Amino acid sequence: MAGKSDEQGIDRRGALECMAWAGAGLLWTVAGGVPVVKEILGASEARAQASTGFTFAQISDSHLGFDKPANPDTTGTLQEAMQHVLAVKEKPAFIIHTGDISHLSKPAQFDDADKIIGAARLDVHYVPGEHDVIDEDNGKAYLERYGKNAKGKGWYAFDHQGVHFVGLVNVFDLKAGGMGNLGAEQLAWLADDLKGKSASTPIVVFAHIPMWTVYAEWGWGTEDASQALDMLKRFGSVTVLNGHIHQIFQKVEGNVTFHTARSTGFPQGAPGVAASAGPLLVPADKLRTVLGVASIAVKQGTQSLAIIDTPLA
Amino acid sequence: MSSPNQRAFCARMLALACVLSCAPSVRAAEVQIKIDNFVFVPATITVKPGDTVTWENVDDIPHTVTSKTPGIFRSKPLDTNDKYAFTFATEGTFDYFCGLHPHMQGKVIVAP
Repeated sequence: MAGKSDEQGIDRRGALECMAWAGAGLLWTVAGGVPVVKEILGASEARAQASTGFTFAQISDSHLGFDKPANPDTTGTLQEAMQHVLAVKEKPAFIIHTGDISHLSKPAQFDDADKIIGAARLDVHYVPGEHDVIDEDNGKAYLERYGKNAKGKGWYAFDHQGVHFVGLVNVFDLKAGGMGNLGAEQLAWLADDLKGKSASTPIVVFAHIPMWTVYAEWGWGTEDASQALDMLKRFGSVTVLNGHIHQIFQKVEGNVTFHTARSTGFPQGAPGVAASAGPLLVPADKLRTVLGVASIAVKQGTQSLAIIDTPLA
Repeated sequence: MSSPNQRAFCARMLALACVLSCAPSVRAAEVQIKIDNFVFVPATITVKPGDTVTWENVDDIPHTVTSKTPGIFRSKPLDTNDKYAFTFATEGTFDYFCGLHPHMQGKVIVAP
């Protein structure tokens, strides 16, 4: 895997630049109900945008326990990511972690993550990645720790300053040849949760595996996401935050903006370019440019969300 | 009634048949499959009843070996260099996939 990456290094770097992998940040502004990425911005501009609303941070794919050459120190890079979260001038109201907290669902890996993330003393809203539910008891370790107030296999919703947040779980019961899976029970719950909500309520949905098909050949999508998205169509502002693919991808479809976050652990190759969906080996001095955190600013009165992806270096 | 000669001939034939057919099935084969770069290699193999298939994950990401028909076989998550073995006692075609990355699929055909 590593050999292939090296051979394709120059082409890959070109491709990565096109996809803003190494950008200073992305500013998302949700204006008139449609979140749009305005441009790549520095953190200072992001802070300015957040001055009249609230911010929250998204971290993803920490993979604590992973220690292969693509990043032998995932603990260290998570700590750095948390320093970036704490450095945001407008203190985040909370953190969203979009899954793959651990690499192998081991208690020690969850313990380490809790210690590092918990040091920020902020509320953290988790959804599981497939790496978090591969214990012998099929997700019990995750659900006992993070799913106490959740429904079913860990899904839930909450409100913050008029924005409705929905955490979905699409990493259970994966079928051979398939992609992510929400399942009938969760879809029924979602329909019920959204029922009666005003169409002007800004909605933020977060789940581990992308809710749109980024690359079916690698399973980078969610089989039954279209049913969830149908329920969200009537809302003026829907932002979908995902992880799983360890790189930034974005798409706007109607009033729905999709966004995937960088990993705090290790990068993965671009779909259709890399040999496989595995860790991407980059030179050690470049690693922190492809890892990162996202901070999301909700600006009151404008229905605007500004999402800034900040690399660790 | 068969003659003593006929009986001796039958006994020799039985012994020969056993050499030809019994012996190979007693010595069950060990078959290896590597998991690398998100692929089972080889993706399709044919083995005989009683053979043991061992999967070794040489990828730097964990994978599982999970039968498509639930409950036939299911490995723990295999971290780098972990192995999982399953003995196929009965004939048939056994599709399997990685429970973490379900686009990864393989097939074990068990035939005499």
